[in-house]
Amino acid sequence: MQSAKLKEVARQIRRDIIIMSGRANASHSGSALSAVEILVALYFDVMRIDPRRPDWALRDRFLLSKGHAGAVLYATLAERGFFSKKKLDQFCLGANLTTHPTRFSAPGVEVATGSLGHGLPMGVGMALAARMDRKAWRTYVLLSDGECDEGSVWESILFAGFHKLDNLTVIIDYNKIQSFGRTADVLDLEPLKQKFEAFRWNVSEVDGHDFEEIRDALGKAKKTQGKPQCIIAHTVKGKGVSYMEDKLEWHYRSPTGELGEQALKELRD
Amino acid sequence: MRTAFIQTLEGLAKKNSNIVLLNGDLGFSVLEHFTEQFPSRSMNMGVAEANMMGAAAGLALSGKTVFVYSIIPFVTARVYEQIRNDIALQQANVKIIGVGAGLVYGQLGPTHHAIDDLGLMRGLPNMTVFSPADPVEAELVTKAAAAIKGPVYIRIGKKGDELIHTRKPSFRVGRALTLRSGSDITFCVTGSIAVHVLGAARLLEEGGLSVRILSFPTIKPIDAKSILRASRETKMIVTVEEHSVIGGLGSSVAEVLFDSSVMPTKTLRLGVRDRFTTRAGSHEDLRAFHQLQAEHIARHVLKKFKKQS
Repeated sequence: MQSAKLKEVARQIRRDIIIMSGRANASHSGSALSAVEILVALYFDVMRIDPRRPDWALRDRFLLSKGHAGAVLYATLAERGFFSKKKLDQFCLGANLTTHPTRFSAPGVEVATGSLGHGLPMGVGMALAARMDRKAWRTYVLLSDGECDEGSVWESILFAGFHKLDNLTVIIDYNKIQSFGRTADVLDLEPLKQKFEAFRWNVSEVDGHDFEEIRDALGKAKKTQGKPQCIIAHTVKGKGVSYMEDKLEWHYRSPTGELGEQALKELRD
Repeated sequence: MRTAFIQTLEGLAKKNSNIVLLNGDLGFSVLEHFTEQFPSRSMNMGVAEANMMGAAAGLALSGKTVFVYSIIPFVTARVYEQIRNDIALQQANVKIIGVGAGLVYGQLGPTHHAIDDLGLMRGLPNMTVFSPADPVEAELVTKAAAAIKGPVYIRIGKKGDELIHTRKPSFRVGRALTLRSGSDITFCVTGSIAVHVLGAARLLEEGGLSVRILSFPTIKPIDAKSILRASRETKMIVTVEEHSVIGGLGSSVAEVLFDSSVMPTKTLRLGVRDRFTTRAGSHEDLRAFHQLQAEHIARHVLKKFKKQS
């Protein structure tokens, strides 16, 4: 898919996130907005998937390890045709569409996440399964930056590097803000690239809102042999809505009423 | 029990190529033969249990039947949230094998004792909990675990546990096994402490009492039927377990009785009191310390049996 088309899909998904979060008075919209381009690139361009067969054994797997951004996963899956967009009306208001998704939430959701540091270990297991069965499907895991504080994440990074899990790609949504402060102030991850490299990973850094860069990095990741790959995606929390961008409070607030209308106006075209 | 487990698993793995065994850098002199036979399906995950449990869930969600093996605290308490979210919640086909039930690792100290695992595992929805008493039961529950499509916890003892069953009993998940029939006192017991319950029963029978013994290889689902029958047919129900009296078999039996209208006249829960055991000693030393050997059990039961009658 061309970048212009992907941009249009991303705009639509951002609108859905605002509408869903505003309607349900739900939090975490800033965290969902920072990951939009990453999910769009994966689901609309890179991953081998079939929305009509969410259980297809040979599909690529995507694990939203930063489960608090569930809204972006639901909106992307619906936009991609895994289920009706009408279902998004029930986000946080019924059905199984909880903020933090479970594999019972909707077709296409692979795992339950929400407590940080769980998605990557599960992704490691999936990558191991594909290797054991000599299958070509790949596993993609999206981590938040704050999530990298978790020890379990580093257990997996050590394991995947040592075992050369080259069918595993991690993307870090590095928006530099965690729940109660800036990552640089709370528990600084830097030098992040060097940490992954020291753990025997192939690392690239991209602008996480630039489709060309994301696709290029994902394409290179696919071709990498003998090493898992980490894409550090530099992003902006709340991207696309002026009053949310780079603001910690949008981990908690929800775009209701006039705020919602303003956001949708900004996301009109 | 460890040997019975691994030999049974080897047999199962020969027939089912989806069976995978993960260990947390433990299993010396137990897992080697399995690993030689199935090198691509046995993996030492390192001393990294959070990754191991999550990876087990990921493998299971990709079609594998995953057995995870380590010492009990490291595959229960340490990784409780991984078990809860990744395995139990997701109904992942993972079998957690914990070794060192109760006070088996007496000399290693309280970090290695397993006195809270039944309570932890039993509280999780979707989890089946097995606690075999001897190698015979260990084999039966291992086969049952492989046949269940979903999360299972098996609490096993050590190498060289004494045999309780002289022949293979007819086993069903969720059913207690009758070791002895009797009409005065019913013992509900789980795990290898059954040896001491058999000893206690002999002492009580010498005193003229008729003793029933039910062994519970399945803790969840609990065999409510056998408990209620014992409550109707015998005068006293005693639970014995090498586990805290909070959360394990005693609690399960109490819950069944509380929910029913068939309360027995006398009850007694025996096990590890609500405390850590910092004293060093052999398995039997610590059982003695907690008054869980045959003569202690017989004495406590007799005292309570006489007191209320």
